[in-house]
Amino acid sequence: MSMIFGVPMAVLSGQLLIGIINGAFYALLSLGLAVIFGLLKIINFAHGAMYMLGAMATVIMFDTLGVNYWVALFLAPVLVGIAGVLLEYFLLRRIAGQDHIYSLLLTFGVALIMQGILTNIYGVSGLRYAMPDVFKGGINLGFMFMPYYRAWVIVAALIVCFGTWFMIEKTKLGAYLRAGTEDSQLMQGFGINVPLLVSLTYGFGVMLAAFAGVLAAPIYSVTPVMGSHILIVVFAVVVIGGMGSIGGAIITGILMGVVEGLTKTFYPPASSAVIFLVMVVVLMIRPNGLFGKEA
Amino acid sequence: MTIMKKLLASAVASALMVGGAQAEITNNTVKIGYLADMSGTYRDLAGPNGLKALEMAVADFGGTVKGAKIEIVTADDRNSPDVASSTVRRWVENDNVDMVAGLVASSVTIAATKVIEENNKLGLVNGSAASSITNEHCTPNHIHYAYDTYPLSVGTPTAIVKEGGKSWYILTADYAFGHSLEADVTRMVESNGGEIIGSIRHPFPTPDFSSFILQAQASGADVVALANAGADTTNAITTAAEFGLTQSGQTLAALLLFLTDVHALGAETAQGIQLTTGWYWDKDEDARAWSDRFWDETGVRPTMVHAGIYSSATHYLNAIAATGSDDSQTVRKQMMDTPINDMFAKNGRIREDGRMVHDMYLAQVKTPEESSSEWDLYEIIRTIPGDEAFRPLSDSKCKLVSSK
Repeated sequence: MSMIFGVPMAVLSGQLLIGIINGAFYALLSLGLAVIFGLLKIINFAHGAMYMLGAMATVIMFDTLGVNYWVALFLAPVLVGIAGVLLEYFLLRRIAGQDHIYSLLLTFGVALIMQGILTNIYGVSGLRYAMPDVFKGGINLGFMFMPYYRAWVIVAALIVCFGTWFMIEKTKLGAYLRAGTEDSQLMQGFGINVPLLVSLTYGFGVMLAAFAGVLAAPIYSVTPVMGSHILIVVFAVVVIGGMGSIGGAIITGILMGVVEGLTKTFYPPASSAVIFLVMVVVLMIRPNGLFGKEA
Repeated sequence: MTIMKKLLASAVASALMVGGAQAEITNNTVKIGYLADMSGTYRDLAGPNGLKALEMAVADFGGTVKGAKIEIVTADDRNSPDVASSTVRRWVENDNVDMVAGLVASSVTIAATKVIEENNKLGLVNGSAASSITNEHCTPNHIHYAYDTYPLSVGTPTAIVKEGGKSWYILTADYAFGHSLEADVTRMVESNGGEIIGSIRHPFPTPDFSSFILQAQASGADVVALANAGADTTNAITTAAEFGLTQSGQTLAALLLFLTDVHALGAETAQGIQLTTGWYWDKDEDARAWSDRFWDETGVRPTMVHAGIYSSATHYLNAIAATGSDDSQTVRKQMMDTPINDMFAKNGRIREDGRMVHDMYLAQVKTPEESSSEWDLYEIIRTIPGDEAFRPLSDSKCKLVSSK
């Protein structure tokens, strides 16, 4: 078997694929953050909590109402999206235009409250969610065993990521969005309801997080604290990609998944730190991030 | 004037010291600090329900011992050794806390017991696993009660090596507890004729285990052992199932599983897994009776940590009742001199290194068909006698062990 730096080629290919799968999660989550920051200038620290809500909603809806995976894949993000719109309407709107630190503290507080309430009800050991029957099993790729579900994660994440990028960068709706946040008064003058646009954008951003949460439910342990673990990594991904860059968030997400996967192969103890190391280096060389526009 | 003050102060000080020796309870209050992870990864195995267990023990005494009031203060250690040492320091130096209970993450315990030793108070460790807590990190000021990594390595690995699992690959949580468990397991596997062919130290906590499971699969080892705990273990087990680890002929060995973990996994996923535990709620009549009380308080079945917290606190308060003192060394000696016979242990005894020695149990998770209720999860397949289970004093590196 051919070896690369003492690691068999087959193991390395497997790790690359795993890295892409994890990167797909990072991409989905950082995409939502980038949309919210890029268009609304809100630093959304509740993003991890929204991801958690998506996963928790999937499990709870199944346990209480028997809602299946495919329905949850649609319904959970919509419910979380509505929660996001309410959060924007009742709280975030009141601090619009203030320094970033206010939105950061507000969303962080909201996240802690949600996490605390759910921890009191459900504990942290994790809720059980059975893999949908159609995804049971996997295929032997020669260099690794690929569970069907992980393959689906890549496909689903890529479709949603590309769709979002296309909508914001290439459609008329996206143009309204971008314009509304550049100069909201002018857009109001054209008869466009900018506050509604802002609410919907925030709602859409957190929907993406909840969608990632539904995807995570069958493979990760679903707990009220699952979002806090991933949030900081995702923020680092957004910073590396360039705050607010939609395409940058997607590409960087996948890239960082791969970097982390390779670190897990060559030097596992560093795998939780490597993304931050990359962040430091990128900020030193390109302060606006890899895909950020000049400030 | 200043001389008078100094004289007065030293008089008061010596009176206090004499008071201690004369077996009195300082401030006429026994103050217990409950330190545990109340919100993170290890919340369910100890956490708020451990506090309930402690309160049950205090309630049994009617809230007083020898006329002194028993008070409980509590804090969330957030699994951080820094938070733990500053909290414990505040408790013992300013708030007159006599005993610290709970103590979950091993790194937290090692930091906290240092502060407890400096101030000559007492710590009753129940949540932690690292056997180093009563070995190189032993102090005359703490007792390690429910279990540790040594019996975990005696129970499960010995059974698996004897069944033919010779080559081992270990996934280790990268901190004090994981290192301690890895060391204990390595020694036990090798002494039984097995071999460790590789290991990975993964960050704590790790949300995604797929990369590590893949490497373990590629190693071709007979046995993939998990030297981690809580959500890390359940995540690893779920991922191993997803990647077909056992279907490809490898055995998965979870070295530390709590009842709450198995409950979270469910009998369907966890069936057949062998594990070592210090206690099980359904193991005998006394355990069941107490577990029913616990159930009424919390709505869940207790883990070995919950039971250990209750049992050790009761033993502690009994020692205060017997000696009429809350002086740490007087109480510790009394606790060591009295065998423990209760819902937790039969003929348990506390050694000079602070280790409470009692029987441990090798259990197997029931199949969904065998399991009659949500919490009916273990079949006890072997009782490991205390002397066989725990590290013999002859191997001890503890500074308190006189035989060395």
